[in-house]
Amino acid sequence: MSNVFIAFQRNEETRCIIDAILQDNPNAIVNEQPAMVKIDVPGSMTIKRATIEEKMGRSFDLQEMQIHLITLSGYIDETDEEFNLSWKH
Amino acid sequence: MTVVAREKYEFAPKDTVDKFHGAQLLYIGWEDHLMFCAPFCWPVPPTMRFGDIPQALLAPAYGAHPDFAKIDWNKVEWYDSGSGRRMQPDVNKSIAENGLKHKDSLRFRTPGLDGLKGCSF
Amino acid sequence: MDAKVAKKLGLKERYALMTRGLGWDTSYQPMDKVFPYDRFEGIKIHDWDKWEDPFRMTMDAYWKYQAEKDRKLYAIIDAFTQNNGHLGVTDARYINTLKLFLTGISPLEYMAHRGFAHVGRQMRGVGPRVACLMQSIDEIRHAQTQIHSMSNYNRHYNGFHDPMHMIERIWYLSVPRSFFDDAYTSGPFEFMIAIGFAFEYVLTNLLFVPFISGAAYNGDMGAMAFGFSAQSDEARHMTLGLECVKFMLEQDPDNVPIVQRWIDKWTWRGTRVLTLVGMMMDYMLPKRVMSWREAWDIYFEQNGGALFNDLARYGIKVPACAAQAAIDKEHVSHQAWAVFYQYCGVSNFHAWTPSPSEMDWLSNKYPNTFDKYYRPRFEHWAEEARQGRRFNNATLPQICQVCQIPMFFTEPNDPTKICYRESVYKSEKYHFCSDHCKAIFDHEPEKYVQAWLPPHQIYMGNCFPEGVDPTMPGFNALDEVLKYYHINKGRDNGEFVGSEDEKNFSAWRELAGKN
Repeated sequence: MSNVFIAFQRNEETRCIIDAILQDNPNAIVNEQPAMVKIDVPGSMTIKRATIEEKMGRSFDLQEMQIHLITLSGYIDETDEEFNLSWKH
Repeated sequence: MTVVAREKYEFAPKDTVDKFHGAQLLYIGWEDHLMFCAPFCWPVPPTMRFGDIPQALLAPAYGAHPDFAKIDWNKVEWYDSGSGRRMQPDVNKSIAENGLKHKDSLRFRTPGLDGLKGCSF
Repeated sequence: MDAKVAKKLGLKERYALMTRGLGWDTSYQPMDKVFPYDRFEGIKIHDWDKWEDPFRMTMDAYWKYQAEKDRKLYAIIDAFTQNNGHLGVTDARYINTLKLFLTGISPLEYMAHRGFAHVGRQMRGVGPRVACLMQSIDEIRHAQTQIHSMSNYNRHYNGFHDPMHMIERIWYLSVPRSFFDDAYTSGPFEFMIAIGFAFEYVLTNLLFVPFISGAAYNGDMGAMAFGFSAQSDEARHMTLGLECVKFMLEQDPDNVPIVQRWIDKWTWRGTRVLTLVGMMMDYMLPKRVMSWREAWDIYFEQNGGALFNDLARYGIKVPACAAQAAIDKEHVSHQAWAVFYQYCGVSNFHAWTPSPSEMDWLSNKYPNTFDKYYRPRFEHWAEEARQGRRFNNATLPQICQVCQIPMFFTEPNDPTKICYRESVYKSEKYHFCSDHCKAIFDHEPEKYVQAWLPPHQIYMGNCFPEGVDPTMPGFNALDEVLKYYHINKGRDNGEFVGSEDEKNFSAWRELAGKN
């Protein structure tokens, strides 16, 4: 099965986003590089606003991820509550 | 095939021979001498004697290579680059008389002189 | 009395109302007259409403987050400048990668801005129009932020001063320039496949990750910051490209062969341009990130593999050029650096031979090819330079009519033989570096017969400053070409060792630690 992936700049906000992704996607593989973190998940990845807010301790709009995003792979489905990447349809 | 377009799509080629002030373009590459990364391009008068090419064009371009001074020009093999066909140019005739046209591309081999270090350099 | 609070709309509905909800079919003029360019390519669209917006960012969200990115970026640029950040890079050779970037990539960002603005106007569907217009604004932001970031280097180092002038003239810059001109002069759907899909999706990671990671590894906070800032837009660009290709393929099976041909053409054209990046990664970064071969393995073969697996259900195949690219990945970076090593006399950035430890890295990364074919070259040139006979090539090369790269590429099955291909069209002969460039020409010869090829233009006499008379005594063609290029002879060009950049960097670094 192909992996989807997402990569973020490394900073204080993304530290919480990444923790949230790892919590909600047990098969996630983390790849750390200078200034960047890449997360691969086989098949599909779900990023949940509620989990991020829990980690961050403040309210968070999922679109704020745009500021930190480096690259991604897979089809996107975006709502106010979840950001989904997958190769499935 | 024609370009898919809304109107007729036809344009004059940029590099026709009339634009080179009486010269035609000739490309020459020295096989197995990759010190020179690519074949060269020169504007040459069609009346240029083929036999003058080594001194006039090739020596300034290729002279830095240790093999160049050793070349016996009588033993050099000439090929048309596109087809790979072996040519037998008449060194006393001109480029035009030898049938070379604008933008023809040649390569030459110097058997026994195959570049440095065993990697065609 | 309680004020009635309307329920907040969800993201999907907000987005739909603020974009498609504002579109209309014209009635004063026929739609075909208002959108004259979106049918001629033969792509059939039956229902524009089937377009699925990949990112649902309304304009207010766009402004808010883009402004936030710019605020962060300019704060970093200011800090970098204030702190003499340029002295923090590994060594001054690194700075040449930025000259390559500013002259070879940044002008293309500007052209992407123009291209997406044009396409954004020409597509009849509202969804792609909105996405293209946002991308157009992103691209000019990229051009601007790159110029700002690198302006700091321009203050101290040579070769940065005139990218917009140079892109239209310098021999090696005609490679990226002609790539974009080809896309920009195609129809809107081909442009979307060329840039939105092939460049922004299939190949983008091969451009940005090397440069940005290269910046991070080599202490260049300025470039790293703009790189990451641009990349955050790239995610939207990638998804636009992917949605575009998916949409076209789903609208009509007749679109499949047209899209396949474009994918084949543009993957190849993009791969050829990326030769410059391969060379940069393997030869120009003092602290290397990974090899070009590794980057190709990860970002094209694996990542691209996943993508083409997904597109297989529409009948799309892996691009025809993938097999040759898999062979080339072990050769092109070495061959390309050899080109710049010998031709740096006419370039706006410096070149040098790799050190022994750098060659050991290359041996390790290229076990099949480096020691056999390429180490001997660089060792020979290093020895020649030590003997005071630094090798320079002053004769113009033959270049490929399509990719416009000097014909240094070798036969796929024999890296000791130059690959020659040719075609005759309307009695004129044309030359190519490969079967793939030849195939592109043969399919649309009228496009490429117009190409402005730098060596030919020089021989026509079109590359001297205005008013210069080639028949005057003392005329030196090479000097005049350098002036035409706005390359400052003896400062911008030539060997790195002994350059002004090398001396200055060294002197300033030393000063930074002394009183």
